[in-house]
Parts: sequence; structure tokens; C-alpha cells
Amino acid sequence: MSYAGTLRRRPPEPMKLPPWRARLLFLLLLAGMGGLVVRSAYLQGFHDTFLQSKGNARYSRDIEISAHRGMITDRFGEPLAVSTPVESIWANPEDVEATAQQLDKLAKVLHLGKDELASKLANRDKGFVYLKRQLPPDEAEKAVRLKIPGVALHREYRRFYPGAEVTAHLLGFTGVDDNGQEGLELLLQDQLAGMAGSERIIKDARGHVVEDVANVRPPKPGTDVALSLDSKLQYLAFREIRLAVESHHAKAGSIVVLDAKNGEVLALANWPSYNPNNRERPAMQTMRNHAVTDLFEPGSTMKPFTAAAALEAGKVRPDTLINTENGAYVVGGHKIRDTHSASSMTVSEIIQKSSNVGATKLALSLPPEVFWHNLSEAGFGALTGSNFPGEAYGRLRDFKRWVPIDQATMSYGNGISVNLLQLARAYTVFANDGELQPVTLTRRDVPMVGKKVFSERTAREVRAMLELVVQPGGTAPQAQINGYRVAGKTGTAHKLDGGHYVNKYIASFVGMAPASNPRLIVAVMVDEPAGAQYYGGQVAAPVFSNVMGSALRMMNIPNDAPLGNVLMPPAGEVIGEEV
Amino acid sequence: MTKREFWHRFTAHLDPVLLLAISLLMLTSLVVLYSAGDASWHRVFAQLGNIVVAFALMWAVANMPLHYLMRSAVPLYLVGILLLLGVALFGEISHGARRWLNLGVATIQPSELMKIGVPLMMAWYFDKYEATLTMKTYAIAALLLLLPVGLIAKQPDLGTAILIGASGFYVLFLAGLSWRVMAGMVIAAAASAPFLWGMLHDYQKHRIMMLLDPTKDALGKGYHTIQGMIAVGSGGVFGKGYLNGTQTHLNFLPESHTDFIFAVYSEEFGLFGNLLLLAMYLFVILRGFVITANASTYFTRLMAGSVTLTFFTYAFVNMGMVSGILPVVGVPLPLVSYGGTSMLTLLLGFGILMSVHTHQKLVKT
Repeated sequence: MSYAGTLRRRPPEPMKLPPWRARLLFLLLLAGMGGLVVRSAYLQGFHDTFLQSKGNARYSRDIEISAHRGMITDRFGEPLAVSTPVESIWANPEDVEATAQQLDKLAKVLHLGKDELASKLANRDKGFVYLKRQLPPDEAEKAVRLKIPGVALHREYRRFYPGAEVTAHLLGFTGVDDNGQEGLELLLQDQLAGMAGSERIIKDARGHVVEDVANVRPPKPGTDVALSLDSKLQYLAFREIRLAVESHHAKAGSIVVLDAKNGEVLALANWPSYNPNNRERPAMQTMRNHAVTDLFEPGSTMKPFTAAAALEAGKVRPDTLINTENGAYVVGGHKIRDTHSASSMTVSEIIQKSSNVGATKLALSLPPEVFWHNLSEAGFGALTGSNFPGEAYGRLRDFKRWVPIDQATMSYGNGISVNLLQLARAYTVFANDGELQPVTLTRRDVPMVGKKVFSERTAREVRAMLELVVQPGGTAPQAQINGYRVAGKTGTAHKLDGGHYVNKYIASFVGMAPASNPRLIVAVMVDEPAGAQYYGGQVAAPVFSNVMGSALRMMNIPNDAPLGNVLMPPAGEVIGEEV
Repeated sequence: MTKREFWHRFTAHLDPVLLLAISLLMLTSLVVLYSAGDASWHRVFAQLGNIVVAFALMWAVANMPLHYLMRSAVPLYLVGILLLLGVALFGEISHGARRWLNLGVATIQPSELMKIGVPLMMAWYFDKYEATLTMKTYAIAALLLLLPVGLIAKQPDLGTAILIGASGFYVLFLAGLSWRVMAGMVIAAAASAPFLWGMLHDYQKHRIMMLLDPTKDALGKGYHTIQGMIAVGSGGVFGKGYLNGTQTHLNFLPESHTDFIFAVYSEEFGLFGNLLLLAMYLFVILRGFVITANASTYFTRLMAGSVTLTFFTYAFVNMGMVSGILPVVGVPLPLVSYGGTSMLTLLLGFGILMSVHTHQKLVKT
């Protein structure tokens, strides 16, 4: 066998290889193995936490799940602000792999410029970039259908206001992150906002979401809040104030409807308004809730408080005759005038005809401290308790620094400032037999205890005077309502411009009905009526009448006057008031 | 022939110890491939096919008397060189490297053939000139080694070149190359390092540079190294558990079923798994050494020693590359990585080991 022959050529034990050489090789081999063990131990035993976190960072990411924001409803549960789901498109720029064509399509679907999209995707060090927020689901679907790795959806909620401009000022709005920015959305943020949850998603190397592992933290939806608002009344009030502002070519107007018994705000509207559902916000001026955040000099609507203070102090009775000085009276070098000169008037007539001289006389019959105390107790110069963001205090200066002319002008509503809600609230003392109610914008289920400001008798006496205001011979016969007794007061004030009174007016009317047991208070203010009519009795009183009348009928409040009781003065006769 | 006799003859040239050691690793391969393929049987069955074919080859080689093997050394080597030249001239370019040769009937990768061809040729050569070993003998042997290694490195296929170079070097070493020459070679290598560096392809340079600081280009050229390290490190001491390796299943790991399968294994089985795997390799290698030590001829000893050490080199280079202590070269994890060619080459080597072990026993008795 040749093979045996081959072997035979060899020496029997050809151990040419020195043993140390084999041993060295073996040692080297073991050293190599040892090296691998050490490396493995280093990576897996010592360095593993770092490497594991690196590993985790590559595939898992916590994504925030937006919480559903609570709904704002009116007192009957009608939705006023609701959150609807929308989709936002976001990207992890590092993961985005797309052809130029795909990017063009994406830009088109998202209504973005190509450059805009490119610059968003250029933030490669950011793991999360919004490409477009709050798209309707069908548009978002189009973007996702392009199947670009690294581009994904994020569910968000968008606020929708069914009432649009009717409730705009009151509700305010939320920002793109669903946080309240203005109005009640801001005030009620803590209740409305939920707690965002988070979920962990697992992505593969191409950025595809492989798995939603679990909700690490489920989102906690916000709670719904019921306002004191009655949406039908709100709409009515809004419609009427808008009509008044437009027909009198006024700059603006506000209206507040209060529940006279417990101070709940049933309606609060301003015109001009804006639509909060539009993303473009109008000028700040338009977004202000004038009825709460802006001050004005109330004018004659203050006079009932002057009369009440004098009555309460026991200085006068309603039928006490006051010398009204033929309509001109000088206090501290300043001449105070009335439109209709009369040598004397009863206290009731002073209110009915809105006499400045009469009111001055009543005020000056009291020490400054007593007069101030009465106004302060009625809530002037203080917040109403509505907590509305940006509410204005109103100005009621300290009596210690008053001079007689200050006390005189304040008696007919000059030199003092109020917001409309404050003024409406002050009238609860007359509606409630002397008790002042705190106002609220949220539904109040338990009746509040009011604060006694005037005696029941004083309150009723003033209310009776206020009923005269709307009778023929008063300043506001247009405030009458068929079937109900109405008590109210007009106000017409010059506007201040640069410290001087100018020939621009604020026409107002505050009233309550049914006067026998008032249920509602409506306060109307029209800023700068530019037509021929500018008296509160001409501009604001009809708004009051329309709103109050409809509201009473809507609320099925029993009549307290025979139907057909409306007696209008002869055409052309206007009882004006000195302004 | 009874059934029993047939079985006896069938298994006569198989070494049961080595067979057990190899089988353990192959079983590991199937287990890990199932995980690397995201729990699909597709690759597992394909690899099983590879194993069956490779076993058949191993059986055939184990049953082949050694003189056939010796006789085939020169023609195999020459054919290999010719094919490598063919590749260099007419080879198909794929992935930027020219490694494959289309023979019309099949596309082959001649470098694989040389993994056995080179050590075989050198063992044959030393065996032939055993009696008259001079410096000239070693020099010629070195040329026999450097020619194919150079051709393969030029393809470029650094991984295979290193493995073949190592297998040839082991033959030189085992053949008793003097220390002085080896020291001289080391000095020469160091001196020519800048020159060799210039010869390297850019991507090869990058891989070596990346080893020094893989984070420099974590998403680009350092990606393989970093992902490998992260996967290995993520396993921790006890591993994430079978089929739970996130880096693999989420496609972060490149080449997860071939060159980087060690990372898959490591992430899922942790440090303890790695120790077990190393123990399995050591088992194969120790058996190889036992066979080498018992080999009765110069040729068989050189051949067995080279096959065993090359197997170790395979495993070491692959695991070192995945765990980030060696540059990334395309070397699969022996017997575990998916792939038919490397499986065939490896089992051809084990067939030779078995043949060495069993045929000389027959001669002795």
C-alpha cells in the first residue's frame, strides 16, 4: 500500500516540535479566551447599565398622551366649550427617511412650504418636532398614508366653542397646548385640565412603531364645569346688545343678567365680539371682556345708592321735599346743573327725574364717612367675587381725602368708576331687601348668604322710587315691560378723555323685575352711541326691556302687573337727565 | 452485513468526542438563528440543510485515507491560485469587493477553498522537505502562503485573508520556524506598517480607526461596533432571556444572523451564556489538540494543529469584533453563524481531524 509506504518513510516518533512551543501556543490561546471573558464581563457586568440604557434609548420612547379637557356647559348642561380630538403630525428628524418626492407630497398635505418642512426636519438633534398641529383626522390620515418612516401622529384635543362669538369674552380660549389663556378657560384651568398620561412605544431601527407596550400612565381627563349661564338668555342678551350697538352706531356695549336672588350670572355679553374658533386672534381690545375688565363712570345709576344712604341715615323720607335750587347749585366753586329746573323735588322725584342737584343735596346731608361706608358696603371699589381674570376693582377714593365737590359728584356717579358686573351686583341690595349677593359665574347649587347693606325698608323704598323711573314722567319709560312691574335707573355720563369730560357718552340702564319680588337684574351699558340719541333712557332702556321681558317669559315668571299696562309718554317728550 | 456491522463501519472514522463538541455548537446555532430570524423557522431549516450537507462532506473526508488528502494538496492549491487569479481578472463585483467567480454553472468564492488549500499545501510541503529544513524551505513556504493571502486581501476580503494567513502561520510555527525569523518578521511587519497601512482600502482603515473611538461616527462607520457592544452589554450578567433581545428584534443590529450573531446570543443569554459558549469552543479546540498531539506524522500534526488553531482564530476574531476589541472584519462565528460555505469549510477541516485521528489508529493496530 502506497499509503503505508508514505508513513513508513517517517521516523517512528517525529516529535520535532519542542514541548514549550506547544505550551506557548496553548497559553496564547487561553490568553485569547481569557481576553474574551474579561471583555464580556466588562461589557455585561460593569458597563452594562450604561449600555442597557443606550440600548433602551434606541428603541423605546415615552410619548405623552393628551388628556381630554373638561367641557364647559351652561347651567342646564348645554355645551359651551368642548374638546374634539384632532391629530398632530410629528417627526423624529433623525429617523425620517424620505425621498424628495415624498417630502414634497408631505409638505403639500400639511399645507407647509417645502423650505418650512425642510427646516423643521433639519433639527436632527431633536427627537421630537411638530410638523403640523391640530389637523382634522382626514387630513392627518393623508400624511400618514405616505408611510414615511419617522413621521407619526399624535392625538391632541382642540377646543370648540359652539356659541362662538356669543360666549367668546366670557369663556376666553385655550392655547395650542390646550391650556386656558383667557377668560373662564383660564380661571377654571385647574378643574378643566386633565393630567396628561404617557405611553411607552417601541420602535425598530427604521423608526416604525413596533409595539405600544402599555400605557405607563393613563391620562386623567379633566372635569366638566357647569356655569351659571343660561345659554338661551345669553344668546338673547348678546343679540340685543349687538343690535343696540349697531343701531346707535356705538363703539361698544355690554350687558349683564344676574339672578337677583343668589347673584348667579345668567348672561354676560359684549359687542363687538370675535369668534374664538378662528385661529387668528383679533386685536386685544376686541378680546377684552368689557363688562368685567373695563371701568366707566356710572353716572346717574349711582343715585339710588345716594338716596338709600340718606334714607338709611334717617335724614329724609321718600316724600321729603328737597330744595333743588331751580336746577343750578354751586358746591366748592363748581356749578351743578339739572336739565329740568325745579325749585324743589321729593326724594322719589329726584330719582325719577334724575336730578343732580337733588342727589348732591342728599349726599351732602351725610358725613363723608357715612356716604363712603354705604358705597363701599354696596361693593363699589372692590372685586365682585366672580374671580374673572383681569377683573377691574373700580375706583372709590378714600373719604378722608374728599372735598365737598367730590362727595357731590359721586352722588350722581362722577368721580367714581365701576365695571358693569359690579354695578349690576350692587343693585342686588335693592332687589333683595337690602342684602348684597356675591356674584358667581359657575352654577351655585346652594343659596348664598348675602350681606346686609341697607334695611329692608330702605331697600323697598328705593325700589318703589325706581319703579317711578320707568313710568311716564321718568327718564326711562322705554324700559317698561308688558305684564311686569319694572324698577330701574338710567345713567348717561360724559366720557373722560385726557382728564376732561368730552361730548361722548356712556348710556346705561340697570333694572330689575318683577319689581314686586325681583328675580332678575339686567344691566346694560352702551359706549359712545353716535346717533341723535344718547340718553340711557333712549339707548340702554329698550335693550333692558327686550332682554328682561323675554327672559321673564322664558323663565315662566308670573306676571305682577296686568297685561297692557304700558303707558308711554306723548311722542317726542323725553325726560333727559343732566350729564 | 448486519445492521450492526454497517453501523460500525459507517461510524468507524468519526470521532465521537469531536462530533459531540461540534453538535453542541450547531444546536446553539439553530437555537440562536430562530431568535435572530424573529422566531421564524425559515433560517433554522436552511441552516439545518447546510449542516446535513456539511456533515456528509465531513463523513466523506473522515473516511478518506490521508494519502489522498496529501496527494490532493498540490492540485488543490494550484487550482485555488488559478481561481483567485481568475477572480482578480474576471470576478464579479458585489458590495464593492471582487470575491466571486462565475464559472457558468455556479458562482464560487475561491477564497473559501483556500482556507483548507493553503494549510494543506504548506503541511504537504514541510512534510516533503522534512529532512532538509533550511531557511530556504521556510522562505518558500512563506511565499506559498503570501501569494494567496495577498490575492485575497486585494479583493478585498481582509477577514478571509487574516484567517488564511493565520492558518498558514500556524503551519510555519508548528513546523518549527525559528524564533529569530519570527522576531525578524515582527520587526519587518512593524517597519512596513505605514506601507501596509497605505495598501489598505479606506473602509478597512476606517474600521481600524473606529475601533479606537467608535463613538466618533456612531451612525456611520462606528455603527457596527457600537451596536454590537450595546447588544452585548444590554445582556448583562444573566441576559434578557431567549427571544427577548431588543437590539436584534428591532433591527438595530446589523448582520444579526451572520457575522453579528454573537451579539444576539450575548444579549439574550448574558455573561453566563458567553462563558458557556466559550466553554463549548474550548471543548472543540482541546479535542483538536488531543488529536494533534496524537498525530503520528509530520503532515498530520501540522494539518491537525493548523485546523484547530484556525478554528480558534475564527471564534476569537469574531467574538472580539462583536465585543469591540478587534476591528470589524467579515469573519463569521464558526459553526453558529448562518451560512453554508463557512459550514462546509469548517466541517471539511473537522473531517480532516477525524481522518487524522482514526486512520493512524487503524495503521497502528
